[in-house]
Amino acid sequence: MPVLCSSCVDKRAVLKRPKTGHSLCKECFFWAFEEEVHQTIVAAELFKRWEKVGIAASGGKDSTVLAHVMKLLNQRYDYGLELMLLSVDEGITGYRDDSLETVKRNQQQYELPLKIVSYEELYGWTMDAIVSQVGLKNNCTFCGVFRRQALDRGAIMLKVDKICTGHNADDVAETVLMNVLRGDIARLRRCTTISTASEGDGVVPRCKPLKYAYEKEIVLYAYFKKLDYFSTECIYSPNAYRGHARTLLKDLESVRPSSIMDVIHSGENLSVRDGVKMPVQGTCGRCGYISSQALCKACVLLEGLNRGLPRLGIGKHHRLHDKILSQQPLSEREERKLKSVDF
Amino acid sequence: RYLSLLAGFPMCQVDEDYHDELERAGAPSVSKQCVKCKEATAAVVIRVGDTFCRGCFKEYFIHKFRAMLGKNRIIFPGEKVLLAVSGGPSSCSMLSQVQEGLSQNAHKKLRFSPGIVFIDEGGAVGQSAEERRRTAAELEAVFKATGFPFHIVPLEKVLDLPSKVLMAAPSPSEQPAGAYKTAVGHFLQSSSSSSSCVTQQEEKESSLPDVQESSTPLLQRLMASVETLTAREDLLSTLRQHLLVHTARSEGYSKLMLGDSCTRLAVKLLSSISLGRGAQLAQDTGFSDSRFGDVTLVRPMRDYSAKEIAFYNRLFSVPSVSIPSLDTKAPEKASIQRLTESFVIKLQADFPSTVSTIYRSVPNLPELNRTFYNPRPCCSVCAYTSFNGVFWVRTCDEQAAVRYRAPETADVRTLLCYSCQLTIKDMVSQSPCTAAGSALLFPKSTQEEKRKHVLVQVCCPLFRELVEK
Repeated sequence: MPVLCSSCVDKRAVLKRPKTGHSLCKECFFWAFEEEVHQTIVAAELFKRWEKVGIAASGGKDSTVLAHVMKLLNQRYDYGLELMLLSVDEGITGYRDDSLETVKRNQQQYELPLKIVSYEELYGWTMDAIVSQVGLKNNCTFCGVFRRQALDRGAIMLKVDKICTGHNADDVAETVLMNVLRGDIARLRRCTTISTASEGDGVVPRCKPLKYAYEKEIVLYAYFKKLDYFSTECIYSPNAYRGHARTLLKDLESVRPSSIMDVIHSGENLSVRDGVKMPVQGTCGRCGYISSQALCKACVLLEGLNRGLPRLGIGKHHRLHDKILSQQPLSEREERKLKSVDF
Repeated sequence: RYLSLLAGFPMCQVDEDYHDELERAGAPSVSKQCVKCKEATAAVVIRVGDTFCRGCFKEYFIHKFRAMLGKNRIIFPGEKVLLAVSGGPSSCSMLSQVQEGLSQNAHKKLRFSPGIVFIDEGGAVGQSAEERRRTAAELEAVFKATGFPFHIVPLEKVLDLPSKVLMAAPSPSEQPAGAYKTAVGHFLQSSSSSSSCVTQQEEKESSLPDVQESSTPLLQRLMASVETLTAREDLLSTLRQHLLVHTARSEGYSKLMLGDSCTRLAVKLLSSISLGRGAQLAQDTGFSDSRFGDVTLVRPMRDYSAKEIAFYNRLFSVPSVSIPSLDTKAPEKASIQRLTESFVIKLQADFPSTVSTIYRSVPNLPELNRTFYNPRPCCSVCAYTSFNGVFWVRTCDEQAAVRYRAPETADVRTLLCYSCQLTIKDMVSQSPCTAAGSALLFPKSTQEEKRKHVLVQVCCPLFRELVEK
């Protein structure tokens, strides 16, 4: 006997929701998925009417679903938002150039304006060039730090009020676990917040409308909606330690599917005792971007690349910041330490 | 000599032959001298580079225990302290440390009066009556040797608990900052006049568990009504905790010492997060937990790794008893608790700082202020008290199911914390935790009355039937 949809009790169920275990038909699943994103947006008051919102688009499943759902909800519930796509071109041959093609197709399908900012125009370095100097071990540090700033710079060029990113529930839960494994209290506290407060001039507030959407459901949604997305792993190796958190989360999910939400719930309700030292936010002495140090991480990494000392930004070398700012030469010993590529 | 070079080596089953191999394989790279006295040959490697000789290891181990109690100043001289001993290496080591601290030749004597409690969980785990008797007899021998009063309590007793066990008894009036010093002063005066030793207390004989024949099947039915091992373990630990607190309360102890090691706490922290217990973390894993008001939970073993404890027990012949638990011999993915345990232990083998890093985040979490206690809502199953005002949160299932079902207002789940809702959800459908069942259970009672009865009645649906007959 075919299983009927537990919501409409009319059509045949085509899937079992990974999040709740309910059997649903295609239409009811779409409805439930979209409705939940809508609830998330409304409950957290993510957007205000007439705001310009940039959707961070990589061409992957999360951002494609995000763009689709945002466009749809904007019409269905009349948010009155002006949406646009924002992409970052890291300059990774065989990966980003292909995925940007997908973004360009999405732009036409959804009829949204698109802005692409590239590492090359912002920093003068492509990821390919960085990897050739840094090697495959710490390249993700460069990419991550540069992307964060690139998105902000792109957002300022587009004059948007907010950026929304495609982070899903799995990503958030994974980050909670990873910060516990690393003992990083400061990040543990902020990694579950759904939107960042407007932190200052150079920074555009960000939010995660898909925060409570399971990765599996995003894939199902994209599959049943036949969305056009790009699915290839980055050709430069993924972050190893995050992999442990990821494995744990996937195992937890297989034991109890609600685990992902439970981890997020835990993360949201952890509160840190007063008096724990938290980094103070300041601005970078060189580019004016937010930074807890004298120089922001992107400037330190860039300085390292330009001076041929790639290790400068890996690990902690705060005491060198003043030297870099005043353009003093580094001592021979310092240079030797920061030069070696085989780390 | 016992020389292990692997940080994540499974410690409880130290195998002689395996050991010799290890020694041969890696010994040359490690200094064989004790890092402390720099004279004697090393007997233990606690962490990479930390080699200790027998004598220095003992001194280090004992000092750590005193330092933990001394630093926190939470146990007052002359206070009655109940040691929760499960029979495992960690709690048995704690028992031996207390014994050591109270002995006449101790350098700085501990000044509290201890008692021991063992909860016999055989009924929930599925041991036969014969096995349970044997275990209890083995432990009794260990306890008798200490000379402390002891209580062997079968878990079945939890079914007879008065419902007020969940209600925080009023805690003794807030202690001012100088209270500890005054108490020490009083104690010194009184003990010098009477010159009697604290340990010279009359020894209370506790008989072997006299379980009522009828309550074992009841407990078994309760455990069987829980469908997943995750929820079953969660329920068992809740029941155990209530019974421990109850025993302490009824026997007049004001502190309850738990033997959680730092390895155990790291596992507990990670599984608590995975079970949605993030808000309770500070209470569940901190040095002290005062959620029960008049009985404070203390964890003095939280600075020892499981490895240190295993080596100490082995070198100084501390007896421990191996008792099967719910997840003994269960596969890795049998439950969330089991999964996080094997995850932490495996990661610890590759990254030796895993446990200490996870555990390091604990003291940074806030502790519940006692004065906040009473007016705040409190979970009817685990007695978790919310301190940010947010108490009842819909679980993911309900959150997602906005469309399918409107939430009922008179739902028992509003009395439970997030994580206990999850546990109750895994119980069989006929348990009265569903909304319909709750209406049946509490037709006209107030919120307060409901709360009192939830532990016994929601957790033990079958128990209720029995009472009515």
